Amino acid sequence: MKKIKILGGGCPKCAKLAENTEAAAKELGIEYQLEKVTDINDIVKFGVMMTPALVVDGEVKTVGKVPSPEEIKQYLG
Amino acid sequence: MKQSKEWKSLAIVTSVFLACFYLPIGNGRFDNAFLEALQLVKWYAREHVILCLVPAFFIAGAISVFVSQASVMKYLGANAPKLLSYGVASVSGSILAVCSCTVLPLFAGIYRMGAGLGPATAFLYSGPAINVLAIILTARVLGLEMGAARAVGAILFSVIIGILMHLFFLKEERIKSKKQAQMPEAKAGRPLWQNILYFGIMVLILVFANWGKPSGEGGLWQFLYSGKWILTGLFSAALGILIMNWFKIRILYILLTASAVGVSAFLFTGNPLAPFSVGIFCLAILLRSKKGESREWLDSTWMFAKQILPLLFIGVMLSGLFLGRPGKEGLIPSVWVEKAVGGNSFRANFFASIVGALMYFATLTEIPILQGLLGSGMGKGPALALLLAGPAVSLPNMLVIRGIMGTKKTLVYIILVVCMATITGILYGALF
Repeated sequence: MKKIKILGGGCPKCAKLAENTEAAAKELGIEYQLEKVTDINDIVKFGVMMTPALVVDGEVKTVGKVPSPEEIKQYLG
Repeated sequence: MKQSKEWKSLAIVTSVFLACFYLPIGNGRFDNAFLEALQLVKWYAREHVILCLVPAFFIAGAISVFVSQASVMKYLGANAPKLLSYGVASVSGSILAVCSCTVLPLFAGIYRMGAGLGPATAFLYSGPAINVLAIILTARVLGLEMGAARAVGAILFSVIIGILMHLFFLKEERIKSKKQAQMPEAKAGRPLWQNILYFGIMVLILVFANWGKPSGEGGLWQFLYSGKWILTGLFSAALGILIMNWFKIRILYILLTASAVGVSAFLFTGNPLAPFSVGIFCLAILLRSKKGESREWLDSTWMFAKQILPLLFIGVMLSGLFLGRPGKEGLIPSVWVEKAVGGNSFRANFFASIVGALMYFATLTEIPILQGLLGSGMGKGPALALLLAGPAVSLPNMLVIRGIMGTKKTLVYIILVVCMATITGILYGALF
């Protein structure tokens, strides 16, 4: 099962990333667990400076942007 | 019937009834304030939205899409040359943190993994303070002088505050995480000259479309004013050519846009808003037509508009309601404002700084509020003090910062901001 984390505060971009990621995961039909990390100190622990960021199975995949579901699929594959 | 639910409904019905019963309609001051709010909103809609805000959104959108954030981040990393990182931190706020919620993680990152407390604090301050949109709208609504003072003040401040923070806490041993910061990927961007040309043209369009009527005699300013729309048109054409070349938009569409603008200019002679709006509308369609960079630009622009316009609308309404248009009064009598922050005394500047630091201002809302205050008798010095202390710091934001750098450092930061804002306000009020 893929462990997905969305790193980001409360802004619309972070919500959009979560939305796109769920869409991508559903389209691929994979099993996943989505977690939203909003605490700044936790976000920094990943080495991320720009939000939103996508973390899959502990690896940071994208930083500072909101890719489309299509693009996200390759990170989940 | 569930008891608690029914009590709740009763409470709501009663409060609404009481509110309606005691509605202050008919009370002169309230009616006037209400009208002032609406008048102010109408004024903003007419004077600022199409010609100033919308182009500014496009510019901000372009910045967030086309300027390589990774290359800027290089200067804020752990290995960056110290002096340079202060300079970069103080101006990069306008490039890196166009969304206010990006400021905090970036600040945390720079502090823990990057260049350290000094540049991080400089960035923390400058991010919200030299937001591109805010400077543009400040210059437009409050005057070029204030806009420039705000920009210059913000940049200087952030460097000074950063350095002071660094010096105050020099002796502290900081356990810095040696983890390599995950940088956003460096996009194969345009050559620098292209970016400069591109932004330059958009800024020129913005400037000429908003060129105000000069007060004095003729000469160069008068000449530029009378030709402002021709110049705006020329630069728009240049932008059209750029878009065609770089984003590979079909020339046919560009020509159609040009003719649509031309036709509307003809049909609505004397009302430049019409062709300008047509131009913007067509630009949006053109950008949408091709996938990739141009569409990203449009999406980014639209996100700004969506986020900021509702907040600005509320800010303008509240400002109109409480303070009225310049020269008029809202709910708050001008006398109170004059007493609290009129003139250029130390007390007035200090009061303005503290209030600014505590109050939360959603992006851009500080501008209609300040406009109202200035119109009700606030001095220019305290106004600048508020502009410099306001957007950068607020009660909620102080709490988050405290979670990142601890209570002591946060307090020092806030005190520094208030002091610098007060001093700068006094200086500005005295000199201008």
